[in-house]
Amino acid sequence: MTSTTVAGVTVDRNDEGFFTDPDQWTEAMAPELARAEGIDEMTDDHWRVVRFMRTEYAQKGTGPTVRVLGKTSGVSIKELYQLFPKGPAKVAAKIAGIPKPRGCI
Amino acid sequence: MSDTAKPDPITKVSIIISKGSLEGIYPGLIMANGARAEGMEANLFFTFFGLDAIHKARHDHIKLATVGNPGLHLATIAGGIPGVSTAMTHYMNHKMEQLDIPSIPEFVEMIADTGAGMYACKASVDLFGLEKNDFIEQVQDIITVGEFYEIAAGGQIIFT
Repeated sequence: MTSTTVAGVTVDRNDEGFFTDPDQWTEAMAPELARAEGIDEMTDDHWRVVRFMRTEYAQKGTGPTVRVLGKTSGVSIKELYQLFPKGPAKVAAKIAGIPKPRGCI
Repeated sequence: MSDTAKPDPITKVSIIISKGSLEGIYPGLIMANGARAEGMEANLFFTFFGLDAIHKARHDHIKLATVGNPGLHLATIAGGIPGVSTAMTHYMNHKMEQLDIPSIPEFVEMIADTGAGMYACKASVDLFGLEKNDFIEQVQDIITVGEFYEIAAGGQIIFT
């Protein structure tokens, strides 16, 4: 675990870059986190997925997998991969400040 | 080299699916889907009976092998009784549905949507007298083994 500064605030993240304490996250951090993942601009669709990740995490204690995202977020699998080419659930979780979703499918 | 040096991450996989049973097809699909979810490039290559996974008329009727499958802990003679394979397949599909594991047709379509490549093996297609039209639209091409290796270049190859 390392402490890094995101949007001027010190936060704790693990070796892979996932927040270890989702409460440290604020929406103001998302654009900077997204840029680090190669996403230059957070569009409305990016936000929709990121907010969905936060809500799911808050309700279930774990982020959704790509399959669950595709079925329940209102964004299709194809669109999810266009928005987050390096892995929708993984990258969106990183931007949303929640731990990496665990699940094989 | 220090003890803490992390190995290079896997960035590309090519997965060969060569079997036509339920338990022969799912692992390759799960690995391909998982690879895309991790942001890796992934290609699926269907060969021999694995072609059934992308065959329009067959991919919705994939059965669990109840004969010659010691892992099932079912006597071979019992596994061979007509209807047993169908019943066991039905049971397995039901269990998977409860865990929200997609059916094979749905899974293959989903994996194509993730941007994974899907290819059929030319030698097997010729052997079984099939043509491009027999396969689901997500199959990009029927390719030779040489073309497969070209596509697989620079990545890991997984045979299932």
